[in-house]
Amino acid sequence: MRLEFVLNDAPAALDVPPDRRVVDLLREELGLKGTKESCGAGDCGACTILVDGESRLSCLMLAAQLQGRAVTTVEGLSPDGSHPLQETFAAHGAVQCGYCTPGMLLAAADLLARDPDPDREAIREGLSGNLCRCTGYVKIVDAVAAASAATVGVPDQRKR
Amino acid sequence: MTPSEPLRIGVAVPRADAGPKTRGEPLFATDTVPAGALWAGVRRAGVVRARVAAVRTDRAAAVEGVVAVLTHRDVKGTNRQGVIRRDQPVLVGEVVRHAGDAVALVVATTPGALTRALSLVEADLESLPPLLDVESALSEGAPLLHPGHPGGNVLLEGTLTAGSGAAGAKECDATVELLFETPRQEHAYLETENGWAFETADGRVELTCSTQTPYRDRMEVAEALGLDPSRLRISAPYLGGGFGGKDGITVQTLLVLAALHAGGRPVRMRWGREESIVSGTKRHAARMSVRLGARADGTLQFASADLRLDKGPYDHLGGAVLELGMEHATGPYRVPHAVVTGKAVYTDNPIGGAFRGFGVTQVTAAVEQAVDLLANRLGIDRLEIRRRNALRRGDVTGTGFTLLCSVGLADCLDEVARHPLWTGREEWKSAAGPFKRRGAGLAALWHGAGYGPVVPDVANAKVELLPDGRFRVYCGVADMGQGNVSTNAQIAGALLGQPAGAVELVLPDTDRTLPSGSSAGSRTTYSFGQALDGAARLLRERIVARAADLWMARGVEEVALVPGAVRHLPTGRELPLSRLASAMGEPERVAVHRWRAPVAADGQRASEAIRLHGFPHRVFAFGVHLALVEVDELTGQLGVDRYLAVTDCGALVNPQLATQQVQGAVAQGLGLALSEELIVQGGRIETSSLRTYLVPTSVDVPEIETLFVPVHEETGPFGLKGVGEIAVNGPVPAVANALADACGIRLPRAPFTPERILAALRGRGNGEAR
Repeated sequence: MRLEFVLNDAPAALDVPPDRRVVDLLREELGLKGTKESCGAGDCGACTILVDGESRLSCLMLAAQLQGRAVTTVEGLSPDGSHPLQETFAAHGAVQCGYCTPGMLLAAADLLARDPDPDREAIREGLSGNLCRCTGYVKIVDAVAAASAATVGVPDQRKR
Repeated sequence: MTPSEPLRIGVAVPRADAGPKTRGEPLFATDTVPAGALWAGVRRAGVVRARVAAVRTDRAAAVEGVVAVLTHRDVKGTNRQGVIRRDQPVLVGEVVRHAGDAVALVVATTPGALTRALSLVEADLESLPPLLDVESALSEGAPLLHPGHPGGNVLLEGTLTAGSGAAGAKECDATVELLFETPRQEHAYLETENGWAFETADGRVELTCSTQTPYRDRMEVAEALGLDPSRLRISAPYLGGGFGGKDGITVQTLLVLAALHAGGRPVRMRWGREESIVSGTKRHAARMSVRLGARADGTLQFASADLRLDKGPYDHLGGAVLELGMEHATGPYRVPHAVVTGKAVYTDNPIGGAFRGFGVTQVTAAVEQAVDLLANRLGIDRLEIRRRNALRRGDVTGTGFTLLCSVGLADCLDEVARHPLWTGREEWKSAAGPFKRRGAGLAALWHGAGYGPVVPDVANAKVELLPDGRFRVYCGVADMGQGNVSTNAQIAGALLGQPAGAVELVLPDTDRTLPSGSSAGSRTTYSFGQALDGAARLLRERIVARAADLWMARGVEEVALVPGAVRHLPTGRELPLSRLASAMGEPERVAVHRWRAPVAADGQRASEAIRLHGFPHRVFAFGVHLALVEVDELTGQLGVDRYLAVTDCGALVNPQLATQQVQGAVAQGLGLALSEELIVQGGRIETSSLRTYLVPTSVDVPEIETLFVPVHEETGPFGLKGVGEIAVNGPVPAVANALADACGIRLPRAPFTPERILAALRGRGNGEAR
């Protein structure tokens, strides 16, 4: 099928089998290696992307479901890697092996878009679909809390 | 510290890989697979124990797009792999010993062709009665998993004693006894086993894969496939988690074999989650029987422990896991008389192997509960009994060797004793709501690092001054996520006076870096850091001396390295490092240093086999954990409300990374305490997804307060000891002790699921020991 959608703020069009998994489409056809596959079954959140601003699991989506949608991957979170979450994840030690990081960042971006000033419990709840095996989550919660503190009162940054 | 300032030791510098990882840069093996690579996959046995009558490949080979279908007949070497004993076939030819055994390897042009061909491999397997538990494997006349093995189905057994051994029980006013079991635990790294390989025009094979052990893999793969090791190049980029599950061969041999049949085309392999769970190694299921005895004042007099490990069919590192468990089985205490016995037993269950904690996790779970039982029996405070018996430097341990390293256990206990979570525990407990019970539990920990007295723990570091004036560190130990490669940059930057941006890192690559052992055993930064310390100092001396000569300075003390330059201190004159580099020849710009870790001098009462497997260790980290739990009496649900981890891992090079290691290990330990249980029925894994095997999520792990005590270890780089493993040993006993404190129950096995807690609560009053 001819698939047309918006990928990281730029129009994208390609011919692709309609049942191609989105994670494969992104990684193989489009060369965006930031989106990770881990369980391939919707259990871990590593492949999280944003579709029309909401977090979705790209291992459970098929190419046809992207028709006309806007997709954000970790590569599109900010033009230069300076999204507040990217900065706080690095600064607060929320990154270890880093394999869950892209999915975690996008889930956190979705959370902050819905709830710009979540408390720690709400952050934990919001990220509970994304497994991390390295950090014990404390520093990830720290990073999201710091990013929310950095952006509260600056609505333009939160809308992304 | 700003980006232009030199890196410093002891400062929380963000990791070198943190920024790239938040940007989704292609850092992992799976991210660098060339376009158009072939697909390789494995046909697994699917049965637990069987004789291989035939493996027919013609139907699979006829599938369009199939490049090769390979069996044991295509393996030209020993077809055996393993770390200590080479007892695991690459592709089975005679006997299937567990459901994950590899029967055939298929290479195809598309994933579809691969899947179809795998389903068409016809494996004619004649079922044999499997050995599904340790008791049947040890029973008289049980079939042997490895008929040539001198120990029969016992992979390794041993005894460690101290003082007058079992006779010490007579000197006690009170003794307590505990039986406890821990289940198999799945590593569940987010990045499953994967890699890619190709054969070069001149007949070498280059492999990029997710491995903790590229150098050891190279020798193992070469031997198994009958290749000269010089034909192999193995690169280990950043791993998406390892935890011991990638300490050894996973995809390596299969991928090199596939590449040898792919006509120069690159071949990729990635195990899906189910394949990873079914075929990979696990934390050994263990059964512990522990006795502790003390005088009325709480002074420990006697300990005994028996440790049984269900090995599964292959050694992997099971002998070493058994040894380390036995070595720690009397706890971090002075125990004058003790006897510890252990057996690792071959079965047809999933493979037990290396997992962060390495046997210590299992025995600590039992011993620390026994300490609480003893404290309660004697009416002594639980923290106080640990204080009275805590090991100090120079003490002889309960397994009979002298502790030569720095020991901060008493400092850790003091830290907990004055912490508000401990001092305020009774008040917190009494504030529990209706139908809720609250409890506090302690665990004291120790963890030996490195390979022990026989197997050399060696690292080789190389540092180069680049022509552009920056420095390159050739890192010999894989970074599975713990950040050791970033720590290398910090060490080199600090010694060479350079900022982060001036230090380039080369990840392990058998063609470029130097062999430095495994990323394992809490030895990574301890050993490689010392090698790097030597190499960086050597290069610094050379640079400074060269500049002093150029300036005709009175001595080298007049010259210092500053960011990007050398400075003549009396005049303030500077020379850019790029200029100096151009004056130096390449041999002069490269410094190499080898370091071998010191070994313990005693421990001779142990057998040679036990010593070979690591007894005794020389350097130990220590710690004390406190868990505060709340139990719902109506549902049996146990929640960990707060957690405190105090650690002596020597001096800290990077407090942020040390904290990461402790918190991550606590979370893995909490998984084992609360929910993680690999369920195996008839030798098959029933929990082969992350939906059925439950690792903790962000709502299951509490806030973890992480403190370190200021201890300096003179044998470690900048006073450091390893911190990778110790904290995983705390949660099971701390939570068990908190559960007992809350409800007066002790469960015979982890994890402490709501079902088990509820059943025990209902049975309370039947005389269950507290």
